[in-house]
Amino acid sequence: MIPAIEVKQVYKNYGPVVALVGIDLEIEQGEFFALLGPNGAGKTTLINVLAGLTLPSNGVAKIMGHDVAKNYREARRIVGVVPQELVFDPFFSVRETLSIQSGYYGLRNNDAWIDEILHHLGLRDKENANMRTLSGGMKRRVLVAQALVHKPPVIILDEPTAGVDVELRRSLWGFIKRLNRDGHTIVLTTHYLDEAEELCGRIAMLKKGEIVALDSTKNLINNVSGYLIRLRLSSETLPSDLQPLLESYAEGCFILKVNNYSKIESVLAALRIEQIRVLEMELMQPDLEDVFVKIMGNTKNMGSV
Amino acid sequence: MSGFYTLLHKELLRFWKVGLQSICAPMIATLIYLFIFSHILEERAQAYPGVTYTAFLIPGLLMMAMLQNSFANSSSSLIQSKISGSIVFILLSPLSYMEIFVAYVLASIVRGFLVGAGIYLVILIFFDMPLQSLSWVFIFALIGNGFLGVLGIIAAIWAEKFDQLASFQNFVILPLTFLSGVFYTIHSLPPFWEGLSRFNPFFYVIDGFRYGFFGISDVSPYFSFMIVGICFLAVSWVTLRMLKTGYKLRQ
Ligand SMILES: Nc1ncnc2c1ncn2[C@@H]1O[C@H](COP(=O)(O)OP(=O)(O)OP(=O)(O)O)[C@@H](O)[C@H]1O
Ligand SMILES: [Mg+2]
Repeated sequence: MIPAIEVKQVYKNYGPVVALVGIDLEIEQGEFFALLGPNGAGKTTLINVLAGLTLPSNGVAKIMGHDVAKNYREARRIVGVVPQELVFDPFFSVRETLSIQSGYYGLRNNDAWIDEILHHLGLRDKENANMRTLSGGMKRRVLVAQALVHKPPVIILDEPTAGVDVELRRSLWGFIKRLNRDGHTIVLTTHYLDEAEELCGRIAMLKKGEIVALDSTKNLINNVSGYLIRLRLSSETLPSDLQPLLESYAEGCFILKVNNYSKIESVLAALRIEQIRVLEMELMQPDLEDVFVKIMGNTKNMGSV
Repeated sequence: MSGFYTLLHKELLRFWKVGLQSICAPMIATLIYLFIFSHILEERAQAYPGVTYTAFLIPGLLMMAMLQNSFANSSSSLIQSKISGSIVFILLSPLSYMEIFVAYVLASIVRGFLVGAGIYLVILIFFDMPLQSLSWVFIFALIGNGFLGVLGIIAAIWAEKFDQLASFQNFVILPLTFLSGVFYTIHSLPPFWEGLSRFNPFFYVIDGFRYGFFGISDVSPYFSFMIVGICFLAVSWVTLRMLKTGYKLRQ
């Protein structure tokens, strides 16, 4: 099957600023994919290259096999992009904006689908309001709607939930999940890591223009962190056997790191031998945030060595 | 093709929504020019035999208003969408660069024609104007508006701020229009300025346009048409290159 997105050795610099350094990435059709990274990592630049908004300094990007530079018309027909910046045309109302956007794709009678999008994005009662009069979050919803007017097989959302209230976030992701079930490929960026963890099957982490991690969400969480156990004990000191596992000690609690569940057994055994009682115990599942902090931290150290 | 019509329609809607400002304002400005200049300068020698100064002035002012408006239409639309960022919706769309080009130029031509037609109708109420050749009048209006529509695109792509666009307008468009024989025939100029005027494409637009009304002009309308045609093709080629390579628009 042709990959939904294929990026090969893409470089981009803005004068002396290097935004992308040899990005290689392949995203299969039907994936729910996240691009994560700190501010300035290059996420938006990569998306702009895919959208044809920025020409790469070097390298090739393809959407469903169509080169975004050479076959730009085909590529742009297939992709829908929600830009990060809140942009709008102050001359038009919400519905006018969406009909014009449909028209650019050659869609004349798109009202049924526009109605559906408006409904799912909670914009029904604003459809005749001028864009200028909308609140920030409402404008963001219109941006999402504009990206969807042509039912693009590949949907790219650059921080679609920035500045959007909880209720809409839920209904937006519900809608996007449904589109994903119907076969649309979804690529998103977000700084809310719990969102990415919950929604995305695979994640790429970018740092300073490079991909520093690329794996399924599950593997990233499993491999990188292990588990942490928080223990409050009847003793002030930890048995010497367990010292190597100690991550930190805070507020009377020992935090131990174990690689898998079976290791918990041996921790408890070691305590029993020393006749130390467990007063309190909590198993802490690592989450994407731990992974993120760890990966971003690690590579920073590597860089400074 | 229908993507193209949508963009054209949107561009037309845009100036239609501010219709009063985009069409009536230049009409009023031109009529004020006309009444003042014709009143002050009517005593001057006739430029062409049998043509009063006021009559001579009318085609020039008419064309000047059209050129300014066709330039204003494409340049202000593009720079506004560039600065507000809403140009991404066009850049993200599958519209070809040729479709984008033609839509902006056509919208400029339509705006120029509406302004021109409005002024012409009002002038007919007050003044008696001959009309020797409607075809030449139409052809020069078309190509003049097209030419300035294209220049407007170039200026807006090049400019990064509103004041840069204003400089382009003040340092390029305005001098070229005023030094193009709107208010005089270039034969009345000192030789140096007459020679210089012949390098001004706007001169040929106005001279040819005037020929359409009086059947008299400084140079042959065919020659003018050729010069303006070449200029139009040249700036169009430059603009299409800019759009194709994404100059300043797709960094
Ligand atoms: N038009 C531009 N001109 C110059 N530098 C730019 C431009 N656009 C982006 N950059 C630089 O490229 C780098 C990557 O920026 P990018 O917008 O891709 O980051 P990002 O990962 O999307 O960050 P954020 O999370 O803040 O949106 C940054 O150093 C940024 O300053
Ligand atoms: Mg970004």
